Amino acid sequence: MTVAAEASAHRSRRRPRRVSRVLRGATPYLLILPVVVVITAILGYPLYRLVVLSFQQYGLPELIQRKGVWIGLDNFESVLGDEIFWRTLLRTVVFTAANVALTIGLGTLIALLLVRVSSWVRVLLTAALVLAWSMPAVVAVQVWFWMTNFQNGILNYVLTELRLGDFAQHDWYATSFSKLAMVTLLIVWGAIPFVTITVYAGLAQVPRELVEAAEIDGAGPLRVFRDVTFPILKPIFLILTSLSIIWDFGVFTQPYLLIGAPHIDTTNYLMGVYVYIEAFGESDFGRGAAISLLMLLIVAVLSVFYVRRMVQMGATR
Amino acid sequence: VSTTADHGRPAAPAPRAATKRRARRRRIRRSAWNVVGLAVFAVVVFPVFWMISTAFKPDDQINSFTPTWFSTEPTLQHFRDAIARPYFWDVVKNSLIVVGAVVLLSMVVAFLAAVALAKYRFTGNKLFVVLIIGILMLPQVGLVIPLYVVLARYGLTNELLGLVLTHLVILLPFAVWTLRGFILGVPKELEEAAMVDGSSRLGAFTRILLPLVAPGLVATSVFIFITSWNEYIFANVILTDQSNQTLTIWLSYFYGTSRNVDWGGLMAASTLTAVPVVIFFLLVQRRIAFGMTAGAVKA
Repeated sequence: MTVAAEASAHRSRRRPRRVSRVLRGATPYLLILPVVVVITAILGYPLYRLVVLSFQQYGLPELIQRKGVWIGLDNFESVLGDEIFWRTLLRTVVFTAANVALTIGLGTLIALLLVRVSSWVRVLLTAALVLAWSMPAVVAVQVWFWMTNFQNGILNYVLTELRLGDFAQHDWYATSFSKLAMVTLLIVWGAIPFVTITVYAGLAQVPRELVEAAEIDGAGPLRVFRDVTFPILKPIFLILTSLSIIWDFGVFTQPYLLIGAPHIDTTNYLMGVYVYIEAFGESDFGRGAAISLLMLLIVAVLSVFYVRRMVQMGATR
Repeated sequence: VSTTADHGRPAAPAPRAATKRRARRRRIRRSAWNVVGLAVFAVVVFPVFWMISTAFKPDDQINSFTPTWFSTEPTLQHFRDAIARPYFWDVVKNSLIVVGAVVLLSMVVAFLAAVALAKYRFTGNKLFVVLIIGILMLPQVGLVIPLYVVLARYGLTNELLGLVLTHLVILLPFAVWTLRGFILGVPKELEEAAMVDGSSRLGAFTRILLPLVAPGLVATSVFIFITSWNEYIFANVILTDQSNQTLTIWLSYFYGTSRNVDWGGLMAASTLTAVPVVIFFLLVQRRIAFGMTAGAVKA
């Protein structure tokens, strides 16, 4: 080793103390830098563009010229003054409420059922739930098509065989309500497994002594659930409900594909579909951006609870 | 699945007849619940069963008014038809390219940030978490317009790269959050012990932390694989040429507009699209499922 090298080795052993402390302090920032860059570039910039777009007239000509025309609040005025917007919003709220209630309600009932059945039934049922959960949305839509088609769909056959009425050739996509009811069935079927499996895992944490004590005191299953199980599982229910609300409010793939583009109109719009059609069907990106922005704001408000909860848990690690 | 939530625990000493009677009543009640459980099982599993059953059925059985539950003469014809459809192999290739790139890029980038969140306390830590979870909650359909307009501006529409970037940004927050959980799951003492034994911080990291987090890395990448593979809305908007689309979009156009739908072919194509997802999902479901609600009860 040369003298110079030795000297520099000496120096580098002493000096880097401070350097390394600075480096240690910078490390977390260096580590999150790539994520921050990617998110800023691919999401931050588009979100900024979204806000700008919502104040512009931006149709196909503008898309080609890559330049919008500033029109101030016109887009928002036009959207908020549009009856279709308010009807769609109301329909989406009702749709979300129905979907969330059904998902959480049925999901919880199945979780409670899982506790009461023999283990082989439990294994079968859990396997079926995981299978349903894993189905891609587009695949599930195609299967729903096939099961509910009016000519030889299995649903009509089964309902007729069960003597629930004559469902031969019954068209499940005849009215707006029945269309959205089919979408609800599809979404609830796909969403129940997550709820059931999460609640079931939570049930395992309910102290059995409490349940038994309540039962000895003469509480029926309903009382036990209301006064013992539910209070303990309340945090889980809150999180599941808020997640479901956020997901169902912004749903797009299922209604868009199951109702089918040619049959989508203002009588069966949900917010997600509305935003999409306004931009890509009507080629009015400015107005679409205004609706998008309003929708994002609504969801942001809805998410506050979930985000706060997760941050709290992130902080108390 | 744990079976600890079982109520069949031996009761306290009681007169024999009463015990017997109670045991019998419990058995009857359990059988009743089993019947309900099997009914729910049938309803939940039916769509999946019906998809597979139809995919293997000859056409005359599919189109008959009285359904055939199990075909006694299964056929592979529908699978052959589905694969022979235009662009099948193109879209499979596209899906694999997009998914591969998204998994690779997001895992590397997200892992670094997850280490920062799990191992360091730094100013802005909380803000970063809010950012990550906030993005996780944004409805994708609300982002379609701005992403499309920006990608169009840079000539990235109808390009796989455009879709890769889009999937990257919608999946990064999920990846960061889940990986952070997996890293936190590794006891700090293990790494500290290695460092006491003379290992450098990096050495402790690669020799102790990485192997222990590996299952979490696999689970997260598989989940990203599935989400990217299934993603519909961005792929539909960004990729316009038929030869440029992904398998999911290809399947969504399969139905067509004709009155005579090829149900057998549609179900075979659906099965082909779902199979990789289902297999992977079954492998990792339990590791990922609780990430979204982690700690809700313990807190």
